[in-house]
Formats: sequence, structure tokens, C-alpha cells
Amino acid sequence: MGYQINKTKMNTLFTDLLENYTIYAPKRFVGGGTFADTDCIRYGEISTLEEIEFSEKSDYSFKEVLLPISETLFYFTEAVMKESDPPLKEAIVFLRSCDLHSLNRLDTIYLKNGPVDPYYKRLRDHTHFILMGCENTFENCFCVSMGTNQSTNYDAYIKVTAEEVLIDSHWNLLDQALANAQPFTVVPDSVSINNISVEIPESIPQSVFDSTLWDDYTARCIACGRCTFVCPTCTCFTMQDLFYSDNGKAGERRRVWASCQVDGYTDVAGGHAFRENKGQRMRFKVMHKISDYKKRFDNQMCTGCGRCDDICPEYISFSNCINKVNALVKEENR
Amino acid sequence: MLDLNTKKIKKNAYRITKVRGETASRIRIPGGLLTADLLPKIQEIAETYGNGRIHLTTRQGFEIPGIRYEDMDAVNTLLQPIIDQLEINQVIPGKGYTASGTRNVSACIGSNTCPFANYNTTDFAKKMEKEIFPNDLHFKVAFTGCANDCIKTRMHDFGIIGMTEPQYDKDRCVNCQACVKACKQKSVDALSVENYKIVRDAAKCVGCGECVINCPTRAWTRSTKKYYRLVIMGRTGKRNPRLAEDYLVWTDEAAIIKIVKNTYKFVKEYIDTTAPGGKEHIGYIIDRVGFKEFEKWALDGVEFDEKTIVKGPVYWSGPHYD
Ligand code: HEM
Ligand code: HEM
Ligand code: SF4
Ligand code: SF4
Ligand code: SF4
Ligand code: SF4
Ligand code: SF4
Repeated sequence: MGYQINKTKMNTLFTDLLENYTIYAPKRFVGGGTFADTDCIRYGEISTLEEIEFSEKSDYSFKEVLLPISETLFYFTEAVMKESDPPLKEAIVFLRSCDLHSLNRLDTIYLKNGPVDPYYKRLRDHTHFILMGCENTFENCFCVSMGTNQSTNYDAYIKVTAEEVLIDSHWNLLDQALANAQPFTVVPDSVSINNISVEIPESIPQSVFDSTLWDDYTARCIACGRCTFVCPTCTCFTMQDLFYSDNGKAGERRRVWASCQVDGYTDVAGGHAFRENKGQRMRFKVMHKISDYKKRFDNQMCTGCGRCDDICPEYISFSNCINKVNALVKEENR
Repeated sequence: MLDLNTKKIKKNAYRITKVRGETASRIRIPGGLLTADLLPKIQEIAETYGNGRIHLTTRQGFEIPGIRYEDMDAVNTLLQPIIDQLEINQVIPGKGYTASGTRNVSACIGSNTCPFANYNTTDFAKKMEKEIFPNDLHFKVAFTGCANDCIKTRMHDFGIIGMTEPQYDKDRCVNCQACVKACKQKSVDALSVENYKIVRDAAKCVGCGECVINCPTRAWTRSTKKYYRLVIMGRTGKRNPRLAEDYLVWTDEAAIIKIVKNTYKFVKEYIDTTAPGGKEHIGYIIDRVGFKEFEKWALDGVEFDEKTIVKGPVYWSGPHYD
């Protein structure tokens, strides 16, 4: 159902929802950027419409809501173990179309790739998704190429105009709350063209793995991992077991984001690291995103949000790399 | 027949040069930042009244040599739009600079452009300029964005070095240790790892912000409040050149402005009136009357932030040739 309500009513609705839900949305953290007097747009809890950053793309994705950066899974002492408590409230997440498609990649990895991950599931099952429209493309987006520019599987779509809030609800709870609101036909804004487009080869021959294409990145990449930490579809984590220092017999196990770009990722017992070379790390990441994942599941892992390109301090472009790989494959197939 | 009051000329920011009959006009750029449209105006002065050359001064000014003393009024007229646009305090409009004792407040490029800078050096420099100009006393003040000190604040009477107090959100930390490496390799090795999270040795940390710059997840961010290290009484010269020493660490804008203004009062009280040209350097005055007396004047009415560390009494080194 589509509705039109005014902003005050929307904020009242938020206040009601906050009783049972935590609402997460992209927010401007003033002064929270990398450099002095720069902001960061990332996910945080909100209680009013005004706190949501609609006009810019968030630097970091929504994934930290479902996959906390550092999450305590359980506590242990001697023979006893206790799992961490799930949040008391359910969650509502505001996100754009590419990110809603990314949710599918997270679900695939954590729910369908072998055993179900209970820590992911307990958050995922209690989260509702509200789509934010895109009137225009942002600088590095290539969602159109990835087929992620439109979404229909949202719980609600919300658009804020100068005066009004337009809602398209697929969610009973909202329909009930908006029973008295003015019905309205609402179609989500979506882009049909980006500044960037990529073409991904159907299959990538083994020869590409040994190509000198990757050497360029060996010297350029500083292995900071930003490209994967901002990525809505990167799902790697590592484990940390630790004992509280003033006891030593009690501790916890944490799950923490990891990145194939960062030192330590391929370290094995004995101290050997299997992938030191940064060009090879780039290859591994790119192949995971546009080839390996697809070999096992039915779509590409990358959803074309462009955040990796937005954030790389060394101006390494993932989308440009895809196109380089494509050119190379075409060359080989000739 | 030239009949000149050299003291007035110098005060008006013209130099008595080695060439008889020729002066040089000094145009100060507070904070070192100007808009490009001023350059043709400077060019016009150099080409109309100077010898067509311009010297770039160390303190971020332009010095236009080869100007005839007779042309100073005409040059002052051409200087007016520059003075206006740079918002320089002036007593009589149209008559050029009101004083030249206190030198141009200079600044590194700062947070307008530089990734390391912890604050907008130009803005603070301009704010200081508004507070202390025009003034005949010989003061040198400089602003630098971080401890790299590109403007060389350590060679100034007052050097202001930007600091940030890094804020750690452990829930955003992935233990990549980029911050630890940056602090160790580029700064003072103030970070260590404990149970996969980062511990900052606050006593060691110099507030450079390298950890913030290098953190890929925004686990480290800057403090909302801007902090500064105030270093004092660096100087070059014949008798005892020396680097400025730390006086305040983790201080703030209000305290710095107040201390600099108070120091003018201190100098007025104690300056050696028989010194040649009435010029005695503040550092030598402090050497003469003692640090404690200087501090008494400097801190009059100053309120410190709770984080501020006062490093007095200050002792300086440097070679003594006298
Ligand atoms: C019967 C033989 C083997 C079995 C059953 C086995 C099993 C495993 C398992 C269960 C993992 C952990 C995977 C994960 O973290 O999800 C692993 C990782 C790994 N194994 Fe093997 N492995 C075998 C032989 C080998 C051999 C012969 C090598 C190398 C010469 C090898 C190299 C590695 C490497 C590099 C990793 C990744 C380590 C890491 O990600 O930290 N494995 N293997
Ligand atoms: C004295 C004998 C051994 C010791 C002390 C030992 C120790 C370890 C340790 C400490 C790890 C954890 C590595 C990490 O994730 O940091 C590990 C992982 C592993 N070990 Fe062993 N191990 C031994 C023998 C074996 C044998 C005989 C096999 C298989 C035939 C084996 C297979 C593995 C595998 C597959 C992993 C997972 C690799 C990874 O995920 O990094 N280990 N071992
Ligand atoms: S690889 Fe880059 S463009 Fe693709 S989903 Fe991740 S961050 Fe977005
Ligand atoms: S690109 Fe790297 S960090 Fe991202 S999911 Fe793949 S392996 Fe993990
Ligand atoms: S590609 Fe860029 S963002 Fe990614 S690890 Fe390398 S330098 Fe960092
Ligand atoms: S601010 Fe500088 S000195 Fe302090 S912890 Fe960070 S990197 Fe180290
Ligand atoms: S750089 Fe950031 S994420 Fe990495 S260890 Fe330091 S605080 Fe943690």
C-alpha cells in the first residue's frame, strides 16, 4: 500500500516504533571523518527522520547492523559457557537498492552456505528493511551493470519530499499504523544509468590468474582493507579468544571483521603467510567478487555500490579493474 | 632632495634598502592564503613602481624592490584593495600598513589541503592577526597543522602546533594494527595491543592524529575539541639562536590568544627603551627578567582546559656566542 503523510506524523510513527525497534540509518557523523573537519556517513541509531542522511551515499554499508564489526559470541569460565544475549529490540534498517541486494549475498553466505550461522540468524530474523530511493547515481556506482538498481523485496520504501513523506509499505505493522493516512501511489526512485559501467566476463580463464595485470597493484595497494570493510558484501571474519586480564580464568570469544587485503589474513600456524603480495590479494578479492562466488551461487557477489572505489586512499578502482579483466579475457578469446 | 623619516617609512612596511633612493614594499599575507585575483594587483605595483621583480619572503609575504621613495603614496593607493581584501587592521585607510613591528602571522597550508593537519591554520592565523595588529613590537607568531611543523613554528616567539585527542571506539576495531604501525613508524609508539584491542599511552601520545588517519574502520576519530601545543621563544640571530620549547600541551584557542596578547603588555613593561631602534626581542627580555615574571604576566586571566599540561618553568638551549 502507498501512503502520503506529513513529517510530523512520520516522526510520531518513529517514536511509536522505537518502543519495540531500534532504527538504524545512514547518519552524518560531523567531524567523524578521516581528516580534520571532515564528516563520515555511516550507520547509527536514529529517532527522527531528520537524522537520516538521504542526500549522500554512506561511506560504510549497513552490514555492521547484521554483522557487528566486533561481536562477542559467548563468554566462558572454567567448565561453563554462556552465549551473548541477543538485542532486546528488533531492528529497522534504512538502505538503498544495491544494499538490499547485498543482503541477499550476506544471507547466502551466512544462512545457505553450509550450516546456518546462529549469530547472524538471530539478528537477521528480527530486522526489517526500508528502502531509500536513488534519484541520481553517485560518483562511483555501477548498480545498473550489476542489476541491483531496483528492488521490490523491501518491507517499506520511504521518500522524503520538501513537505511530505511518501511510503510504500509491504509490512502489516506499517499498514495498520497508517490506516488513516492518505492512500497514494508510490513508486521507488531508482536510477537507470550510472557514470560507470562494467562488463564481467562469463567465465574467466586460468591464464588471467597469472596475468601481469595484477603487478600494477602490488606497488600501489597499501593493504589497508578499507575496500573490503566498506563493502556490503564482504563477509570475512576472524576469531578472537581472550581471557580477562585480572582473572585469567574467564574470557570471551569474539567474531571480528577480517579482510583478505590486510596482513594476517593468510597467516597459518607456524607463522607462514600464503598471500603476501598485494597484487595477488587484489586478484583474490576481484576474483571472489566477480567469479568465484558466482561459481557456487547464482549471482555475482559484488552489487556495484562503488564504495570500494569511493574510499581507496590509493585511488585503486575496482570497477576499472573489472573492465581490465574483461578486456584481457576478450583479448584471449579472440 | 630626499628628506625622509626612515622610522616612519619602516613602520609603514617599507624597507630602507642598500640602494640609495630606492625602497621595497612588503605585502603580508596573513595565514599564507590569498585569492589569485590579488596577484595582478601585486604585479601592477611591481611593474609600475618597482623594478618588475618580486621577492617571496620567508614569512609568506611579497617584497617588491626598486620602488622610488617618492612613489610610496602612489604605492599605498594601489595597496589599499589588497589590504582591504586581506582584512588587515589599518588605522588610516589609503595610507598603507599602519605598523610593521609584529611580523606576518604565518601558517602552513593546514587542513584546507593537508591530510595531516589537525585544524584550519589559516583561519586561526587570521583570527590572531585581528587580535594583535597593528603593533610595533617585534613578535613572530606561526601556526602549523601538526607536529611535522612545516612552517617551523619552533623558530618563532609563539608556535602553535595542532593536536587532536584520538577517540577510540573498541567496538569498531578489527585489530588490523594499522594505527599501531603508523604510530610506531611515523610518530612516538604510543599504541599497544591488549586482548586484541588498542591501548593508547596518553602520556606519550603527541596528538598527531596518525592513528585516526590510518584507521580503516573509524575506530579512531578526532576529538570534537581542537587542541594545540604552544611552543615559545624560539629565535634565530647573533647571540643565542634556539628552538622554541614546549610551554603548554593540550591547550586551546582562547588560552593561546590571551597569552599572546598578555605578552605584549609584558614586553611594553620591560622592554629596554635604549635598545637600538627600540627593538628588543621578547626572548631576551624573558632571559633578563626571568621566566617566572613573564609567566605571571602571560597567564593573567588565562583559563586552562582541564587537559592542559603546563611545562613551566621553561629552559632553552641553543649555542651562546656572547
Ligand atoms: C587432508 C588434508 C587436509 C585437510 C583435511 C585440510 C583441512 C583444512 C581446513 C579444515 C582448513 C580450515 C578452513 C577454514 O578456515 O575454513 C584448512 C585451511 C588451510 N589449509 Fe588445509 N587441509 C588439508 C591439507 C592441506 C595441505 C596439504 C595444505 C598445504 C600444503 C593445506 C593448506 C591450508 C591452508 C593454506 C589453509 C588456509 C589457512 C587459513 O585460512 O588460515 N591444507 N585446511
Ligand atoms: C604437533 C602437531 C600439531 C600442532 C601443534 C598443531 C597446531 C595447530 C594450531 C595451533 C592450529 C591453529 C592455527 C591457527 O588458526 O592459527 C592448527 C591448525 C590446523 N591444523 Fe594443526 N597442529 C598439529 C598437527 C596437525 C596435523 C597432523 C594436521 C593434519 C593432518 C593438522 C591440521 C591442521 C589444520 C587443517 C589446521 C587449520 C589450518 C588453519 O585454519 O589455519 N595439524 N594446528
Ligand atoms: S566490491 Fe565494491 S562495488 Fe562491489 S559491493 Fe563491494 S564495495 Fe560495492
Ligand atoms: S573480497 Fe576478501 S574480504 Fe571480501 S569477502 Fe572476499 S575474501 Fe572476504
Ligand atoms: S585496494 Fe585500496 S582500499 Fe583496498 S586495501 Fe588496497 S589500498 Fe586499501
Ligand atoms: S595521536 Fe599520534 S602519537 Fe597519539 S596515539 Fe595517535 S598516532 Fe600515536
Ligand atoms: S587501525 Fe583502527 S581497526 Fe585497525 S587496530 Fe587500529 S583502531 Fe583497530
